[in-house]
Amino acid sequence: MKPESSYAKLRLTMQEKKIETEILEILSRDCRTPPETIARMIGRSVEDTTGIIEALENQGVIKRYTATIDWEQLGLEKVIAFIDVKVMPAREVGFDAIAMRIARYPEVKSVWLVSGGSDLRILVEAVNLRSLGNFVAEKIATIDGVTGTVTQFLLRKYKEDNVLYNEPEPDDRLIVSP
Amino acid sequence: MIMGDSKEIRPLLKPLSSRARELPFSGIRRFFDIAASMQDVISLGVGEPDFTTPWNIREAAIYSIERGQTSYTSNYGLIELRRAISKHVVQLYNTSYDPDTEILVTVGVSEALDLAFRAVLDPGDEVLVPEPCYVSYKPCVTLAGGNAVGVQTSAEDGFQCRAEQFERVITPRTKAILLGYPSNPTGSTMPRNELQRIVDLASERGLYIVSDEIYDRLTYDQEHVCVSSLRGARERTIYLNGFSKAYAMTGWRTGYVCAPEEILRILMKIHSYTMLCAPIASQKAALEALHRGEAPLRDMVAQYNQRRRLIVDGFNRIGLKCRMPEGAFYAFPDIEATGLGAEDFAERLLFDERVAVVPGTAFGTGGEGHVRCSYANSLERIEEALSRIGRLTAKLIS
Ligand SMILES: Cc1ncc(COP(=O)(O)O)c(C=O)c1O
Repeated sequence: MKPESSYAKLRLTMQEKKIETEILEILSRDCRTPPETIARMIGRSVEDTTGIIEALENQGVIKRYTATIDWEQLGLEKVIAFIDVKVMPAREVGFDAIAMRIARYPEVKSVWLVSGGSDLRILVEAVNLRSLGNFVAEKIATIDGVTGTVTQFLLRKYKEDNVLYNEPEPDDRLIVSP
Repeated sequence: MIMGDSKEIRPLLKPLSSRARELPFSGIRRFFDIAASMQDVISLGVGEPDFTTPWNIREAAIYSIERGQTSYTSNYGLIELRRAISKHVVQLYNTSYDPDTEILVTVGVSEALDLAFRAVLDPGDEVLVPEPCYVSYKPCVTLAGGNAVGVQTSAEDGFQCRAEQFERVITPRTKAILLGYPSNPTGSTMPRNELQRIVDLASERGLYIVSDEIYDRLTYDQEHVCVSSLRGARERTIYLNGFSKAYAMTGWRTGYVCAPEEILRILMKIHSYTMLCAPIASQKAALEALHRGEAPLRDMVAQYNQRRRLIVDGFNRIGLKCRMPEGAFYAFPDIEATGLGAEDFAERLLFDERVAVVPGTAFGTGGEGHVRCSYANSLERIEEALSRIGRLTAKLIS
């Protein structure tokens, strides 16, 4: 291959990356932005845009489209806990096997491998304190290789997914200014 | 009333300054008064960012207030801030100004404009001002005792001005050329070679250049060209910039002027008597903006860019011809297809559809047939405004 054309190809892929990033940023701000609007915002055709979005979905870059919900405002109480789990890593699979065992429970919203005093940090959601306690005692603590857990309950949310709770964003600018 | 001897009429109060009285109110003001009295108005008339100042910048100011930094500063402004400005201008435009003697921190570019003209002009001196332009340019010239001479630019030329246009109107009284690119209201920018020709003309005729580059960071397709960085420009250029637009800091009222020492000291003298210094908390915030404002700036620019494409595409679909502005956050669509003048169109739009835009005529003669629409607004509002404008336009065109 001539160096010139490989350079051109590199440039093209860089441009594609930039467009993908731009689309993802728009969707991460509001996943309901219609493809027609996104197309106009990035200056590409609707077909191109839907094509790129589909590809990102198929590749698993876009995992899911969700809503950020303030359940408390709805009067629906949920118990949320962060649980730090200490694990004895297993031969061959390291932390992965145990992490996946934990992750498959529907009560578990997120599982992260973290640095520091513990190994896994998990986020668990339950309808009340007792069911959460039971879940930890019966399901998590009893997994082979789990050597300890520390549970912290969430008391109040101030910000989630870039959204500040309890802080409306008023537009108090003058209606017309120079 | 005292009757009787009426020969001696004693006025209750002598008239105010005739120069000040004769100065027209801004065309924007009239619109503001109407729009402010109405409910549910979507405004594309706002000339400031819709973002709040990034938190790190706000926090820096709060911290400085907590520490009791509530004093005056040097007339020039905090030396740390002037050093940061100097470094910033070198990094961006490879043009260097001495932080000790060539940089002055002002209360916004607004004050800087006023200082520049007061420093340069004697009564009757002329300043060439490309139009349509920012509403304060001509009044600032007038208040400084000068005469603003409009140089009309048009949509056909992308609202750019050419050296020849200036050359045609230069007289022995001409003292300065004002440049304001990226432009409010048109969003247009100037190519390097054309700017260089204007600088060359100024050099030939011994003219100053006052360059308001407050929208320099808000350019989308090409790199901004800083006038001072051009060949032969630095010695005659008064370079104005500020924090209002780039860092969403309009309310902090902070900007700066850079110019060669002999010029700057005169601006500084005026500033020392009329303003003393810019507010210290705002200067602290500005310092933080220069140190750690780049990431939030990039994020805001990316969003303006997306809205820019959306709004321009929207106007063209509606049937209102709109060129793609290269900078700032204004679209300047041509509304002639509607058969209405700019003022009438803006008024109909406000009363029928409750969308506020600013008639192009508020920015000088070249603005007729256009309206200024700011896209410093949320996507939802921009889309809603476009659909309302589309509805009115369809009614007017059919
Ligand atoms: C072109 C231009 N220059 C200057 C200003 C004033 O800026 P500042 O907030 O720095 O006084 C504005 C504000 O709208 C503007 O659009």
